[in-house]
Amino acid sequence: MDTEITLRVDGAAHPLAVDTRTTLLDALRERLRNTSPKKGCDHGQCGACTVLLDGRRVNSCLVLAVTVGDAEVTTSDGLAADGQPHRLHRSFVEYDAFQCGYCTPGQVCSAAGVIEEARQGWPSAVTGDVTDEPDLTDAEIRERMSGNLCRCAAYANIVPAVAAVAQSEGVRR
Amino acid sequence: MREFRYEQPPDVAGAVALVAGAPDGAFLGGGTNLVDLMKLGVATPDLLVDVRELTSREITDLPDGGVRIGAGVPNADLAADRRVRERFSVLAQALLAGASGQLRNRATTGGNLLQRTRCGYFTDVTKPCNKRLPGSGCGALEGVHRNHAILGQTLDGPGTCVATHPSDMAVAMLALDAVVRVLGPDGERAVPLAELHRLPGEDPSRDTTLRHGELITAIDLPPLGFPSRYRKARDRASFAFALVSVAAALRVEDGVVREARLALGGVAHTPWRALTAERALVGGPATEDAFAAAAAEELEAATPLRDNGFKVPLARNLVVRTLADLTEGSR
Ligand SMILES: Cc1cc2nc3c(=O)[nH]c(=O)nc-3n(C[C@H](O)[C@H](O)[C@H](O)COP(=O)(O)OP(=O)(O)OC[C@H]3O[C@@H](n4cnc5c(N)ncnc54)[C@H](O)[C@@H]3O)c2cc1C
Ligand code: SF4
Ligand code: FES
Ligand code: FES
Repeated sequence: MDTEITLRVDGAAHPLAVDTRTTLLDALRERLRNTSPKKGCDHGQCGACTVLLDGRRVNSCLVLAVTVGDAEVTTSDGLAADGQPHRLHRSFVEYDAFQCGYCTPGQVCSAAGVIEEARQGWPSAVTGDVTDEPDLTDAEIRERMSGNLCRCAAYANIVPAVAAVAQSEGVRR
Repeated sequence: MREFRYEQPPDVAGAVALVAGAPDGAFLGGGTNLVDLMKLGVATPDLLVDVRELTSREITDLPDGGVRIGAGVPNADLAADRRVRERFSVLAQALLAGASGQLRNRATTGGNLLQRTRCGYFTDVTKPCNKRLPGSGCGALEGVHRNHAILGQTLDGPGTCVATHPSDMAVAMLALDAVVRVLGPDGERAVPLAELHRLPGEDPSRDTTLRHGELITAIDLPPLGFPSRYRKARDRASFAFALVSVAAALRVEDGVVREARLALGGVAHTPWRALTAERALVGGPATEDAFAAAAAEELEAATPLRDNGFKVPLARNLVVRTLADLTEGSR
């Protein structure tokens, strides 16, 4: 059943008619040709499809495109402003935080979410006392990034790549 | 995936009317479970009524010191709420132990309570499953059931089902005596969480006592006033469902247990309130021996399957550890 929607993606509005069954991930990749979010599992289990929806990280494979409404979708592509890579992109390159790169756009969007969530003072499962304000230690970063799998197991370099940006953003002591 | 119509009615009453009037209609929360099951062909609604933004996204204080949680509150926001972190730490901990940061941002409180089992036969339409296709048999009973139930299963007959309820949040809410507020075609009612989920009995296709078209609008938590804690044992340290989990709250005075709340996850078709253990604990000493004895009494009713007997000692040890943590005064 086709429905008319307008998706706001990386700063541009895209009117399109989608079958109600279309996920945000498929609308981005197949209709808008934004292949930055990747399809790993299509079931919420790997994080490769992670995008920011009004600034919050979500799995775009489990979001139906018709439910997005006016929310602003930001993909890893969209984090790069004026053709310049985002500081997380640069940090991933600097720390060699990927091999094949398939999981990387999802990792980058997720990391942007992690930093924002820490700034809001959200605890995690490894925060000793949930009433504490978190400090993005390596253990905190590992826990908070656990929704993003990496088949190449670049984890050992992803953690410092995220940590460096967290430090410069003041959410890691 | 079956074709479906998508509706965003202007209010909750409209949402209830739409689903109540459509035998194959369903409410859509964050979609993190329902959309997944639709892709798998396990759920086949022909109408989705989006209630994510319609149900309240607010957490409000109740006059008695408790809180009311709107059904649309995302799991992440609930875990981050100051009042929840300070007064109901077991709930914040349970939420944070579940799923991933991305999923918690999208998943709603109402949807979390009603998420369906992760039994691998239930999610595979080529396999027998009495829950998905009544009368087809239970693939798990003699199959892969390492992470299935040890309590309250139906072990023979057409109702056979040994599945578990996967939610962490619901286990914490059960220990907190939560009350679920429901709106149906005939008006509002309040359902104690302990009466929301049901054991498989003769009909495992029904997870809950809700009627078709009934919408969860909010969950009320009465005040607690003593320390609480959640512990979860799983196959990997993060982003995995519970093998066994424990939600507990304990009030200890002069070394004697005055009040005890205990619920287990990963052990039954419902979040499991350990009332036998609670009764054994209250009035007794706050010692590890007493905790172990109370847990053992609860678990006497266990009927483990061929490959999940490990859950019995795991549950006992997790109860002891959690209660000991609480006695030591950690949150
Ligand atoms: C990879 C993965 C890992 C996960 N790990 C965990 C875990 O470790 N622990 C855990 O607890 N959970 C885990 N989850 C499950 C997750 O918590 C649930 O998918 C989520 O809470 C469901 O909420 P939702 O709003 O997305 O529900 P939906 O998918 O929208 O809905 C679920 C069900 O509830 C119904 N519904 C929704 N809202 C209402 C309402 N207001 N009233 C009546 N009916 C309603 C829907 O019709 C549907 O039947 C995991 C999920 C995934 C995909
Ligand atoms: S345990 Fe329940 S859900 Fe799993 S196959 Fe058996 S009947 Fe189906
Ligand atoms: S593709 Fe969405 S989580 Fe794997
Ligand atoms: S870099 Fe290859 S999957 Fe992560």
